[in-house]
Amino acid sequence: MSTEVQLLNVQIDGVWLQFPKGTKVIDACQQAGKFIPRYCYHPKLSVPGNCRMCLIEMGMPKMTPDRKPVLGPDGKPEIGWIPRPQISCAQDVSEGMGVRTDSPMVKECRQGVMEFLLINHPLDCPICDQAGECRLQEFSVEYGNAHSRFLERKVKKPKNVELGPRVTLDAERCVLCSRCIRFMKEVAHDDVLGFVDRGGFSTIACHPEKTLESNYSLNTVDICPVGALTSTDFRFKMRVWFLKETKSIDVNDGLGCNILIGSREGHIYRITPRENNDVNGNWIPDSHRLNFKVLQDGSRLLHPTVDSKKSTWPEAVAAAHSQLKAASKLAMVVSARLTNEELYLAKRLASALHITLHDVLPRVGEPDGILIPADRNPNTAGARLLGATTETPGSQLKDILTGVRNGTITGILSLGEDLLECGFTHDDLAKLKALVATSILPNATTAAAHVVLPGAAFAEKRGSMININGRLQRLNKAFEPAGECRDDWEILSDLLSATGQTHALHSVEDVFRSMSQDVPAFEGLNLGKIGDLGLQLLTKPEAATA
Amino acid sequence: MDFLNDIPWMLIAASIAKTLFLIFGVVLPIVSYTVYAERRVSALIQDRLGPNRTGFPISLFGFQKDLQLFLGGLGQPVADAMKFLLKEEFTPGHVNKFYFWLAPVLAMVPALSTLAVLPFGNFLFGQKMVVADVNVGILYVFAVASVGVYGIVLAGWSSNSKYPFLGSIRASSQMISYELSLGLSAVPVLMIIGNLNLSEAIQYQIDNGWLLLPFTDGKLTLRELLLWIPVLVSFIIFTISMFAETNRLPFDLPESETELVAGYHTEYSAMKFALFFLGEYAAMIAGSSIIVVLFLGGWHVPFLPINTLESSTTPSGIALGFLHITAFFAKVVGILIFFIWVRWTLPRFRFDQLMKLGWLYLFEIALVNIFITAAILAWVK
Amino acid sequence: MAYTVRRPNLTFWEKLYLPNIVAGLAITFNHLKKMLKGETHVVMQYPEEKWDAHLPEYYRGAPTLVTDEHGRERCVSCQLCEFICPPRAIKITPGSLPSDSQFAKVEKAPEAFDIDMSRCIYCGLCEEVCPEQAIYLRKDYAVTGESRADMVHHKDKLYELGGTMPGLVHKWNPDK
Repeated sequence: MSTEVQLLNVQIDGVWLQFPKGTKVIDACQQAGKFIPRYCYHPKLSVPGNCRMCLIEMGMPKMTPDRKPVLGPDGKPEIGWIPRPQISCAQDVSEGMGVRTDSPMVKECRQGVMEFLLINHPLDCPICDQAGECRLQEFSVEYGNAHSRFLERKVKKPKNVELGPRVTLDAERCVLCSRCIRFMKEVAHDDVLGFVDRGGFSTIACHPEKTLESNYSLNTVDICPVGALTSTDFRFKMRVWFLKETKSIDVNDGLGCNILIGSREGHIYRITPRENNDVNGNWIPDSHRLNFKVLQDGSRLLHPTVDSKKSTWPEAVAAAHSQLKAASKLAMVVSARLTNEELYLAKRLASALHITLHDVLPRVGEPDGILIPADRNPNTAGARLLGATTETPGSQLKDILTGVRNGTITGILSLGEDLLECGFTHDDLAKLKALVATSILPNATTAAAHVVLPGAAFAEKRGSMININGRLQRLNKAFEPAGECRDDWEILSDLLSATGQTHALHSVEDVFRSMSQDVPAFEGLNLGKIGDLGLQLLTKPEAATA
Repeated sequence: MDFLNDIPWMLIAASIAKTLFLIFGVVLPIVSYTVYAERRVSALIQDRLGPNRTGFPISLFGFQKDLQLFLGGLGQPVADAMKFLLKEEFTPGHVNKFYFWLAPVLAMVPALSTLAVLPFGNFLFGQKMVVADVNVGILYVFAVASVGVYGIVLAGWSSNSKYPFLGSIRASSQMISYELSLGLSAVPVLMIIGNLNLSEAIQYQIDNGWLLLPFTDGKLTLRELLLWIPVLVSFIIFTISMFAETNRLPFDLPESETELVAGYHTEYSAMKFALFFLGEYAAMIAGSSIIVVLFLGGWHVPFLPINTLESSTTPSGIALGFLHITAFFAKVVGILIFFIWVRWTLPRFRFDQLMKLGWLYLFEIALVNIFITAAILAWVK
Repeated sequence: MAYTVRRPNLTFWEKLYLPNIVAGLAITFNHLKKMLKGETHVVMQYPEEKWDAHLPEYYRGAPTLVTDEHGRERCVSCQLCEFICPPRAIKITPGSLPSDSQFAKVEKAPEAFDIDMSRCIYCGLCEEVCPEQAIYLRKDYAVTGESRADMVHHKDKLYELGGTMPGLVHKWNPDK
């Protein structure tokens, strides 16, 4: 049992409210619906209090000589206001405290701070990638002046500086909030950034002989409240107001970081982290957020092929089925990158085709101690839960390989995996009488396969996955699959129909409904109930064994 | 083979020649240029210019520019005709096909048939310039003209569509109503002339002065002066009724665009539509011709000598014959211009006003007019 | 609530209609006469007569791009016009200026700038929204083409139509 948290009475703009002890004033005000502008304050980082934007008027209860609060006619304590403004980010609430967030003094303070911050600003919003999501723009409109009184020459600072391989700095736009410095030190544990020079010439810079090359460097771009740090990859590619932001999850490792897919007209321009304190906090590794590029380098499989010839979907599905039916013994290799719905259909397809040997390819790497876990498959737990693999993923791959080598297995259905990674050789693939593969990108397996069915990438499909901690999370469709590609669940349900099974699966929601009837763990759930932040389906040990 | 000798070959040949000349040489060109005149005059009345660009496309034959005659745009009717001929002959799926195709023919044929009995000139090349010089001329005209309503009714009915249907209902009631006053207003004229033959009507006017302008024979008697009053009334009623019969504004309710899209021919396009269009203008020409014959002395030009059958082959006789034909159509064109002028001046009647005018005023006035004429004829010998 | 409009009381002559009809015919005839005498001039005979000399200052013709007096293309491809364009006629592919460029400080310039003139509605919102004063609606109105592709004005065509618009935008001056 946790200890009772003490609730404190605080007056915010004349209204008495209660907040737990330890709440920062800036957060208390926000919870009370009074947003306080801020640059340097970030709830996940330490508090330096150096931007001075969150100034408020504060007061403490008047005390009688015997240390009792003086009560006003309404029975509430009378507040003695401090004549100077205070920063709300470095201040915890205390009993009887009074806060004014929109008094004339506060407004004047904010106006002054905005004026100072904009003195040396180059006003290059038309070319700045931050435009549209820039706190300077927003607060200038909300709290600042419409004009500048500054007649002197602006200070010149370095522009277009490559801080690291993925981050570009424009020092003229910087408001010196130090969020990036604190992030690198406190979260990424790679203390490379700092201030150099003095006064008006202060700039952000890397420590000598170091560059900003941490795998988390792009998070500094996300938390930079202005356009000082920009992503070299996203630089000048697209204005942010054109991007359609789709809430989804990252599929590059077992954690499943929550992300926003920024896309326009079927093209992903950037991926940014989405706050989920139960999964990834506010961060995401650079390697994961830039991995969408492989989908857009023009190598995608765009149409179904039968014997390396372009085909149509009905023909390809029929050809796949007749190939598989003709093979004497079949095995199936499933990817643990598929969603639960796809794995569920794969399992149904396996029983329809009398496949008993099936497994997933495990992917294991070094955990980085921050966000990236050892398991690099996004849905190993789902694969286990739905019976696509055993407790030890990949343990049956050897049997399949042996079966192929000694000729007992003549057909393989590969769902999204390259068999070469599973230990097969080109000769093994050539021996197979039937090889049907679904894939997004071309590889040795699709080159050798008799029927290739191109599936949808993570941004093109809706579905659910279970991460290493047993959390059920949801992918959402940002745009339609490229070319003639189709959602994998559609391909699988068509194959299922081809085997003669009747089903009423017309949407991915139908698949989930069917799955929730067949798999006890999903009972009572549907895709809508998962929510944007996911829900805890299994305990962590359960997820590891299922 | 005697019966071959009995057939009046000369008469048949002459009739065919006269018909072809009348329809293709005169009426159809007048129709197309009436359409052009309609557009130009309406434009000029409204301070616009109208079609003034289309010349005769001689540039197709290697000339530098198209031929532009004085006002410009004289090639427009040719271009319009080409367009109508070349458009897709489209029949909507929901129509009654047979009557849909029959209707435009029924609109065009009666209008042209009425021309048969019109004496459009005196003698020329030893021939009387009328296709059929029948004794019941004016009755024939009324009889055939009233068939024209079938074209419109069938068009509206077979289109299976609400606007054409409403248009054709209006057309039938309107045309039947105004046929009454049309016929009655012609009776005084026929009483004065004492003959139904249209050539005789012209001969009477040559002898006694045009009915509307009785001084054209050079003298003015009391009888003519007294008769002039009922003739003027007859002329006005006849003209108004003719407007209504030909569905011209201010009586164009069967095709009033603001209410019925295009009225009875909403579903028509291409040449079928063109037939309605031509039929309407041909009916205008027929109507104008009757007005000219009954009231304005037909082909007669005052104070000029008259051809006889014998003199019509001499050079001066031929010239005179052509002059008379020209005079007839000049008068017709004058009336046509008046038709157009009225159209672009007056607004459309409301349907109840139209019916009231026909049944409560024109019909009664025409009836009374007959008795007045009879009284005058009885009183003044 | 219905309310009744009183009909005017007509005199005998008015009830007869004919005099008024004659008066109406006189009016239309006068119009015809004046047109024939050339006293009325309302219609403009387009290809021979043009309005060009009388186009007002604020006339909104084809949108164009302009360069400044140093030859710098003013557009920095901020894509605000693409955003504001009601018929979505504008399509911009942003690009960056090379670091050895004379105008390297601007950093950004359009790689491609297409205006589909078959979509443009000449509303002028692009000119209004442009923060760099780079897009102007000039007085070209006879925009023609033989195909849809012809109707798309590419970057070079837009600069050709737009020409130079002097007047300093101090922002990109490296010394300022």
